[in-house]
Amino acid sequence: MSANGLPLWVTIPGTLLLLAGGLLTLVGSLGLLRLPTFFARMHGPSMGNTLGAGCILIASMLVSSALLHRPILHELLITLFIAITAPVTAVLLMRAALQRSKAVARD
Amino acid sequence: MSVMNAVFDSAIWFAQLCLALAALFAMIRLLRGPRAQDRVLALDAFYINGMLSLLLLGMRSSSTVYVDISLLIALFGCVGSVALAKFLLRGEVIEP
Repeated sequence: MSANGLPLWVTIPGTLLLLAGGLLTLVGSLGLLRLPTFFARMHGPSMGNTLGAGCILIASMLVSSALLHRPILHELLITLFIAITAPVTAVLLMRAALQRSKAVARD
Repeated sequence: MSVMNAVFDSAIWFAQLCLALAALFAMIRLLRGPRAQDRVLALDAFYINGMLSLLLLGMRSSSTVYVDISLLIALFGCVGSVALAKFLLRGEVIEP
């Protein structure tokens, strides 16, 4: 089976982080599906998905560090990319949506 | 020890289920979104969900190859989302 022989300092925080990450990502995407307007829908993925991605990436970092018996920090790169680029994408999309809704209102 | 390993396995299973549902929700919004910005936002959420489920697959199979694939997906997905948002904003991606 897959995760046999992982030490206890990986499995306990890993379980908590995986539960939190899965639920946060689910709530973020549910907000994307259910909220009424675009400007409300913006909040779900940009907060829930980023936090859930952080949780799951830390859990993956713990598992691969325990598997290779040395600290593995590759997942920090992914966290850094997401933490840098998610606000940039959100701001650009928000500005585009604002401009497009103004253009619709003007016509 | 082995009890905690079983609990960890079921936590991975639970997180995979949550991510599959989240990807399904993002896909419904992608197909149904009333305007273009909704679809771009849904695509942004969708590639993050795919990247995370690939990481969980790597944790399940005790392999470290999946991390590099996830890094590439994060990199190209962010470039694609910024390009689409810029196109919606200005009508061109790279301005002369």
